[in-house]
Amino acid sequence: MASDLQSLSALGPVLPEILLALAALVLLLVGVVGLKREHSVALTGVAIAVLLVLAVWVGTQNNTGVLFNGGFINDGFARFMKVLVLTGSAFALLISLNSARENGIAKFEYAVLVMLATVGMMMMVSSNDLMTLYVGLELQSLALYVVAAMNRTNAKATEAGVKYFVLGALSSGMLLYGASLVYGFTGQTQLDQIAKAIAMGPRSIGLVFGVVFLLAGVSFKIAAVPFHMWTPDVYEGAPTPVTAFFATAPKVAAMALFIRIVTVSFAPVVHDWQQIVMFLSIASMVLASFAAIGQNNLKRLIAYSSIGHMGFALVGLAAGTANGVEGVVIYMAIYMTMTVGFFACLLALRTENGFVENISDLAGLSKSRPFIAAILAVLMFSLIGLPPLGGFFAKWQVFLAAIDAHLFALAVIGMLASAVSAFYYLRVVKTMYFDEPVLKFANVPGELNFTMALTGFLIISYYVTVGHPLTDLASAAAGSLF
Amino acid sequence: MNSLLSVITFLPLVGALGLLFVTGRDEASENLTRWIALIVTSVTFVLSLVLWARFDPTQAGFQFVENYQWIGNSIGYRMGVDGISVLFVVLTALLMPICIIASWGSVHARVREYLIVFLVLETLMIGAFATLDLAMFYVFFEGTLIPMFLIIGIWGGAKRIQASYKFFFYTFTGSVLMLLAIMYMYWQAGTTDISKLLTFSFAKEAQPWLWLAFFASFAVKMPMWPFHRWLPEAHVEAPTGGSVILAAILLKFGGYGFLRFSLPMFPDASHQFANFVFVLSVAAIILTSLVALVQDDMKKLIAYSSVAHMGFVTMGIFSGTVNGVQGALFQMISHGLVSGALFLCVGVVYDRLHTREIAAYGGLVHRMPVYAAVFMVFTMANVGLPGTSGFVGEFLTMIGTFQVSTWTVFGAAFGVIFSAGYALWLYRRVIFGRLTKDSLKDIMDLNWREGLILIPLVVLVIFFGFYPAPILNATAASSQAIVAQYQAAVGQPAPIVKPAPATAAPAAAPAEPAK
Repeated sequence: MASDLQSLSALGPVLPEILLALAALVLLLVGVVGLKREHSVALTGVAIAVLLVLAVWVGTQNNTGVLFNGGFINDGFARFMKVLVLTGSAFALLISLNSARENGIAKFEYAVLVMLATVGMMMMVSSNDLMTLYVGLELQSLALYVVAAMNRTNAKATEAGVKYFVLGALSSGMLLYGASLVYGFTGQTQLDQIAKAIAMGPRSIGLVFGVVFLLAGVSFKIAAVPFHMWTPDVYEGAPTPVTAFFATAPKVAAMALFIRIVTVSFAPVVHDWQQIVMFLSIASMVLASFAAIGQNNLKRLIAYSSIGHMGFALVGLAAGTANGVEGVVIYMAIYMTMTVGFFACLLALRTENGFVENISDLAGLSKSRPFIAAILAVLMFSLIGLPPLGGFFAKWQVFLAAIDAHLFALAVIGMLASAVSAFYYLRVVKTMYFDEPVLKFANVPGELNFTMALTGFLIISYYVTVGHPLTDLASAAAGSLF
Repeated sequence: MNSLLSVITFLPLVGALGLLFVTGRDEASENLTRWIALIVTSVTFVLSLVLWARFDPTQAGFQFVENYQWIGNSIGYRMGVDGISVLFVVLTALLMPICIIASWGSVHARVREYLIVFLVLETLMIGAFATLDLAMFYVFFEGTLIPMFLIIGIWGGAKRIQASYKFFFYTFTGSVLMLLAIMYMYWQAGTTDISKLLTFSFAKEAQPWLWLAFFASFAVKMPMWPFHRWLPEAHVEAPTGGSVILAAILLKFGGYGFLRFSLPMFPDASHQFANFVFVLSVAAIILTSLVALVQDDMKKLIAYSSVAHMGFVTMGIFSGTVNGVQGALFQMISHGLVSGALFLCVGVVYDRLHTREIAAYGGLVHRMPVYAAVFMVFTMANVGLPGTSGFVGEFLTMIGTFQVSTWTVFGAAFGVIFSAGYALWLYRRVIFGRLTKDSLKDIMDLNWREGLILIPLVVLVIFFGFYPAPILNATAASSQAIVAQYQAAVGQPAPIVKPAPATAAPAAAPAEPAK
């Protein structure tokens, strides 16, 4: 087969990935050759700048196209998700700046690894072939395993890293097995070719097995029940800035992968995977709502919360329509904003004995730190899904799609689960606002104040400011898949 | 001025934003925040009076309409009022400055936050009544949970946390089901524009489900028996201002919702479930009245009496008659004034003695004659004595329902007797008798600030008791339109519209013989 790379300019669609990889390598070189420890902050700053510039670039340049003989695709959907991934990574680095030392990640490798993971995520988002998909996924995962265990002296962090690695390897195995079955029964690895092969041939049990294994592997990455077990431990064990990173960009990338696999290659067997997605969704929403009630550690709480929110996002995907994908895309954007804001608040609450970890530490925060408390309360209400905050409109979009697809049982269960989940979010608000203060907190650095103010503003004013453009963009992005 | 409604809705929010900039924590800046809040809410009230004055009561349709698209034909920014909603806007705007003044002497902790939360709440409440987009209605309606949760939880009494949680979960669980129904309606009708939905006929098979989903939300909000369990606790624990808003405005969302959505949009289901609602209404009227008799906490007693009075409202609405609907509307406005005032009265003595135990009082008339007189007016209005606004609503709802179901009214009439029982007994125990308790020996009568907020309410309650025309005129055209549409859909002109006076001269007539 002739190569589709006739000239350098044909690389246009993949240029952001190439540049990011090069930038990561250059920074690695700089770090290894001649960087003093103290300058690692500057290096992280450069990394943030690169990520943000690329985000703007991907967002403004309409470089769509298919490359590498169909292995790589840059369409509207990929562009949208890449902007999210890049911004998420940039903010994860930004809020880690101030606390890197205490958390044992004040090394230049951290920024480099985050950049490499981001390259992997961008490949995942853009992959149009089971092979590029796997390569992207592993590039991202390997970087994440290292980042999780980066704080070598901390037993918990090491444990988190090992757990993540072992379970991640297991899930990669399942994914590969599923991919091999799909290849075996369709003879194709390219996603759109798979769809064609399925549509032409008879429905085979082997293919369904392949789909199940493939989706199980991806479900591990988005931490949907029953593949969620690693999440609370890893979230709790990893240093907080790292957890912030785990909870944002990789989730978006994995969800993008999930969407692309099911809507592009398995469109002809929509009823088969729809059931799987519905099961994942219901299980995630219900289990997370109840399991989170007993948590006292804020990071475990947000881990269960993220499991539940992936369940809500899957409600939209279960509809299997363009509307549904639009809903999921919006959901991920809003969810990422809320998570970034939440971790910024968490990292801003520094006491003499380290960072706040437990809900009870937040007691009386509304008196000692009214600004942080207000932002955190807004985020909690938004995570519940109360209007007029952003979280409500996220739920609105996905459930709208589910109702359109007549998935009434799923919608009712989801809504009731969201009512249950309100309980633990309200506990945070209650502790901050109804209880008396106990702890004294250190001053908050500027970049965290900025992040909190920005996310809080976006969530409160969603309907007035970003809601309209975001919906249009998401609808265009979803449209490019169907 | 076509954007009058938007100005009224969002002016308080602007005020709340303004308060964010008053950062001082001393006495002077606290007073400054109070003045700002008072001025903002007063201006809002004046504007709402302008709205009422310019409202054309002869038209049944929506007025002051604003309509802007948001995304395609999905959620839009649509505002407008008709005879059903305009008075609620005025009522909300009226009670807000009163609550601000009432908090002057009683709220000293986190004053700025208290006022911000109240102003945000006002925007959300007015917005819920004034919006013409179903999804936006949900946004405003559900948005009120956040400020109310904080009001009960931060400024509430000893068991405030349990009360705030109960309040939140009862209402939230009910409303999420309504949200799904709203989504379904959007896909069916292709719009969330209320004025278009009102003319859309939903499939007969879908209507019961939609009706039940809306019922889940509004029955809890109203609250109807047996979904009322959250109300007494929320009332008891909330600060005075919170109780007033809760009783006077938030409960009215339920009745407003039934009247705006359930009855006209799902007429077949409403007809089908009418008897079910009647049973629950009568149960509410009788059972909660009896429960009110044995309460030893003043706020709890008034809370239970609210549930009973809301029973008349639901009964009237689902009678599907002009009298019933107008009576329900009148009852809601009147109850807003009366129950709000009663909670203010409790607040007056609570501020002095810091207890709501009925047993802690007695013989107040000797030390507080003005208070005794004011309290008596509201007690009588609560009983439904002719000559007070409480009578008109109950009477009209009973007339309306009588045309549909005699037995329901037979049951409801007991409620009138019981309400006299608990209200008068409360009055006797608190006001009359000998002044024996030491703690009461030097209790002071109403100060000028308390007088300032209670006297206008006394005037209004008596004025509307003798001359209900302003309210009934405003609601007449829209009520008739709703009822006509309902009966056309149900397909039974029934015994109701025929006695033409009910529609032709609805205004002042029925209540005038009240002496």
